[in-house]
Amino acid sequence: MKNKDDLISQDVFDHLVDLAAFKLADDEKDYLHEQMNHQLDAIRELEAIPLPEELPVTTHGVEYGKDGKPALRKDEWTACENTKEILNQAPDLEDNYIVVPDIPTTELE
Amino acid sequence: MMTDLTALSALELAELVRTRQVSAEEVLDANLAGIEKVDGRPGTLGADLSPEDANGVHAFITHTNDTARRQARDVDAKIAKGEDVGLLPGVPFTVKDIFCVRGTPSTAASRILANFVAPYTATPVARMNAAGGVMLGKVNLDEFTFGSSSESSAFQPSPRNPWDLSRVPGGSSGGNVAAVAAEEGALSLGTDTAGSIRQPAAFCGVVGMKPTYGRVSRYGLIAFGSSLDCPGPIARNVKDAALMLQVIAGADKADATTAVKPVPDYLQDIEKGVRGMRIGLSPDYFRITFPDPESGEYVEQPLPQEISDAVYKAAELYKAMGAEIIEDVPMPNTRFGIPVYFVISRVEAASNLHRFDGVKYGYRTKEAVRDLTEMYRRSRGEGFGLQPKLRILMGMYVSAAQYSEQYYQRALKVRTLIRRDFEQAFDPNGKYKLDALLTPTTPTPAFEMAAVYGDSVMMQYADQLTVPANHAGVPGISIPAGFSEGGLPIGIQLLGADFNEATLLRIARSYEMATEQEDWRKKKPAILEGK
Repeated sequence: MKNKDDLISQDVFDHLVDLAAFKLADDEKDYLHEQMNHQLDAIRELEAIPLPEELPVTTHGVEYGKDGKPALRKDEWTACENTKEILNQAPDLEDNYIVVPDIPTTELE
Repeated sequence: MMTDLTALSALELAELVRTRQVSAEEVLDANLAGIEKVDGRPGTLGADLSPEDANGVHAFITHTNDTARRQARDVDAKIAKGEDVGLLPGVPFTVKDIFCVRGTPSTAASRILANFVAPYTATPVARMNAAGGVMLGKVNLDEFTFGSSSESSAFQPSPRNPWDLSRVPGGSSGGNVAAVAAEEGALSLGTDTAGSIRQPAAFCGVVGMKPTYGRVSRYGLIAFGSSLDCPGPIARNVKDAALMLQVIAGADKADATTAVKPVPDYLQDIEKGVRGMRIGLSPDYFRITFPDPESGEYVEQPLPQEISDAVYKAAELYKAMGAEIIEDVPMPNTRFGIPVYFVISRVEAASNLHRFDGVKYGYRTKEAVRDLTEMYRRSRGEGFGLQPKLRILMGMYVSAAQYSEQYYQRALKVRTLIRRDFEQAFDPNGKYKLDALLTPTTPTPAFEMAAVYGDSVMMQYADQLTVPANHAGVPGISIPAGFSEGGLPIGIQLLGADFNEATLLRIARSYEMATEQEDWRKKKPAILEGK
């Protein structure tokens, strides 16, 4: 029997859904919550691995070796030739401004 | 013209077109006719499935026939004028719909990008075009590449395995491998984040290579796991994969993570054999560890005999060709590849997918909303399918301040251990001094459609033998190695040291040459019979 504390609680799940900015149907919520707990079971396998204190993390690709280096470039301004094409992708465009609904505000006391 | 142009290799086609024995337009026409016969309707957003859909490959989302016609005529015109046409003149290819191609829908197989027409072209695609390649279209995949069967695409019907249409082609580059296997283009550009080129290549009996991280530019690739994603070639034989890698590899000023490092001639020594090479076998690649679907307990199982046998047979062949086979190479952290991936890939996916918000491009809800926040929620809720939502939520959970040390930081450290397994195996001054590690590509042949879909954990475990290379950044290639008793393709995998693609291609080609006359090499996918 799984320890209840080992599961992602309903409160935590709801908070994540809010942060992720998802409006979800109930059946979606059920599936996602269940699958997250299922995946967490798999992830917990990592807890059993002894890790030396000084073990570094790996966050990037491979070293480039003696004859290699990353493809860095100078920080130079270059003109973008198809700004219209890019702006036209916006769902709502007016006079080259992207239109969005009102931004929620809170009155300061 | 009696030759079936769709069955020829990219190298053969390039030579025929370059020497004006065949025009690029003739090659294109043959391929379009072939697609018409085998593919069925392309994947479409919100399509209702019909029984008829079970009879096609459904590799495509978008056909780009007009562009292809223009490209083919361009190649023919250049050849007529005696101009240089590059390495791929008239060679038809397809592109996973996760790459941006200017002027074409670039959907990531998701509703949220269904209406997105890319304003620029991904570097690997631009390089294939510049080399004279002719793009036939954009092919289907798991939504945002999140899957191992291609079934999670929002564009249905999803691709099917040309060897057995009741089975998945694998994923996420399922449309790519299905197209190449079904002779819908000689080459295809895929991506591999946990095995998404190699696993489907094994399922569909084609060659698929994940190059070293940084060897091929990611510019224009819609990002999933930025420290793991690798674009790479898919082809029907090893020399074609080498040819394609030649075209797409190399530094790109638009992707700072690419390596400024010489790109070798991948074809030059490809047939020089394996004499004197050291090829390793690891017991850690002959068993899988996974959570039992019933009990949830972890179980360890040996691989099916027919999968192991294919690898041992290859080892015997290599030995007979003069290679030294090194057994019992320890790769003890292989089993942690999937749990680590569950953490790292989800964190990176969550970070990358926050940009889709209904503001600048892509899907925006049609519902009336009271403010911007509601617009975000509705647009993302309606635009993303279940798998992207799951990955975003999981990524946010394991990287949250209170859990990060326990999960994300820990996973990054275990990734270091996985990397060290490879460093020790390939260290030229170490105990094993391997040129390559020989392994199975997948724990099983292609599974039935709908058999695993929905269970996000079991689906992920299809990548258990491929994902360690992504964590380590090293190159890998899957090549066909016969068939299962049920008539499904089996793949074997070769993994190598950083930037040693040439060695892997040479070892892979040696296997092809050694098995060239075997009966299984003459088999063709069922869908091509009577074509």
